[in-house]
Amino acid sequence: MASVILDFEKPIIELEEKLTLMKKMAEESKLDISGPIKELEAKILQLKKNTYQNLTRWQRVQLSRHPDRPYTLDYVYGLCTDFVELHGDRHIKDDKAIIGGFGTFEGQTVMFIGHQKGRDIKQRQYRNFGMPNPEGYRKALRLMKLAEKFNKPVVTFIDTPGAYPGIEAEERGQGEAIARNLFEMSTLRVPIICIVIGEGASGGALGIGVGDRVLMLENTWYSVISPESCSSILWRSWDYKEQAAEALRLTAKDMLELKLIDGIIKEPLGGAHQDPQGMLKNLRKVLKHQLAELKEIDTDTLVQQRIQKFTSMGVFATE
Amino acid sequence: MTNWFKREKENIKTLTDQKRETPDGLWTKCPSCKKSLHIRQLQDNSYVCPFCDYHHNIGSEEYFQLLLDNNEFTEIAADLTAVDILKFVDTKPYSERITATQKKTNLKDAIRVASGRMNGLEIVIACMDFDFIGGSMGSVVGEKIARAVDYAIENYLALIIISKSGGARMMESAMSLMQMAKTSAKLAILAQHKLPYISLCTNPTTGGVTASFAMLGDINLAEPKALIGFAGPRVIEQTIGKPLPEGFQTAEFLLEHGFLDAIVHRKELKETLTKITRHLLPE
Repeated sequence: MASVILDFEKPIIELEEKLTLMKKMAEESKLDISGPIKELEAKILQLKKNTYQNLTRWQRVQLSRHPDRPYTLDYVYGLCTDFVELHGDRHIKDDKAIIGGFGTFEGQTVMFIGHQKGRDIKQRQYRNFGMPNPEGYRKALRLMKLAEKFNKPVVTFIDTPGAYPGIEAEERGQGEAIARNLFEMSTLRVPIICIVIGEGASGGALGIGVGDRVLMLENTWYSVISPESCSSILWRSWDYKEQAAEALRLTAKDMLELKLIDGIIKEPLGGAHQDPQGMLKNLRKVLKHQLAELKEIDTDTLVQQRIQKFTSMGVFATE
Repeated sequence: MTNWFKREKENIKTLTDQKRETPDGLWTKCPSCKKSLHIRQLQDNSYVCPFCDYHHNIGSEEYFQLLLDNNEFTEIAADLTAVDILKFVDTKPYSERITATQKKTNLKDAIRVASGRMNGLEIVIACMDFDFIGGSMGSVVGEKIARAVDYAIENYLALIIISKSGGARMMESAMSLMQMAKTSAKLAILAQHKLPYISLCTNPTTGGVTASFAMLGDINLAEPKALIGFAGPRVIEQTIGKPLPEGFQTAEFLLEHGFLDAIVHRKELKETLTKITRHLLPE
């Protein structure tokens, strides 16, 4: 069972507990109650479908942050057997909030890069809660340039509450590091696929998010600011995060409707953490298909289409 | 007795937009040294305080006047305006906020683009206006920068962008965020044409603007003491839980840490920009 149960999941958990009890009872008493058990199972499935298909935007944000969700390294190790992690930005240090390295996926070498969160308190601190410093973005860029040199496609996994707001981060040019990545990624001469696997908060997410395909898992979000920070700035209080989440239109579905992403990858019922193997299967299928598609496009056209995609984003009127 | 302490009059009830400004600003007060200044005195001194050298916050109108010969220029994409595609409502609807700000500032959005001559040298220049929703970058700012780049390429000109912004505009959510990618991709194309881009960071330059075009100049300049950073100082203070060092995130701090080519006094801005542009353009 999940280590954290969200408010809206409680009715499901209650029924599931009831089911466990009934099954135990059936076993102990040798009574045939398979009928009612089946009925309850169907009821639970229906409730799950209703719940997870009708989540509010804020509830999706909660799901995207579920501590049991797979993180970048879970996906990377799940997708390939020979992953070699590569460290360091060659200037300052190795940022633990962004990981990267080569691995074989479906017979070809791919450069995987992604934000990395930690699971327990110690790991969370070690990974700085998935909030990179400038050297994280510079490591990512170094690895992308490496992939470009050896003509390997790049796959990035986005999952960050934001770039780290700290003194050293500013001293070492957080803004410049992100800007440089946007600039370089827009003309990188190999295919880039970016996948939001959890939180896509602002520039910290976009810093590894300029690609030929930008995809989002079903229960993730992508926005210019987190709902909490938006609430504190626009409403001057932390209490409006649910309204802020609605206003920001930050879910995968919203982003696809706004034509800011290229597709959504379906999650198992209840979220990626409920069935990591099922999630991996969906991801593998989409990734394989997209990489094959991009491989067919010649490099000049690829880069031109990428630039065209991002430079046509925006809605305005002429008076 | 206790009635003496009771406030009988209500608090001040004048709404901000009903407040009367001092009669058409003949006098102003320097926010830094608090001395009274005649507006004319300030104008004649490039909007720099003659007593303490504080660079007063100015907008596109003043910068164009300071930099472009005889204040002559052609505005590019002047008719672009914001659209409230998300139907964003915080304390008031975004669409109302746009209309009200346009009326108040007489500006269409937070940036203006112009082509004109600087000491005889033809350039394209974009300048942000902080008065327009904190100089925030939404679709219009992104598109105008894109058009400025196109104009520079078509006419073989150098591009100057004067940044002054709180960052990406929240009311356009991810649409604003993507303007960071859009402007950066456009600048990558400009770079492929080997045309110069000079970025001038003025007070303040923060958030998504710093993390995109403001830091991507072939030459990055700033005005003295301008606040420049990615995260805002308050956010950083809250995160680390201790006060920030003196001079943190000022232009001088960025110069010291290697992110600026130079800090330029506003009185020398036109000459310096001209010199640099001439160095960068082909013979």
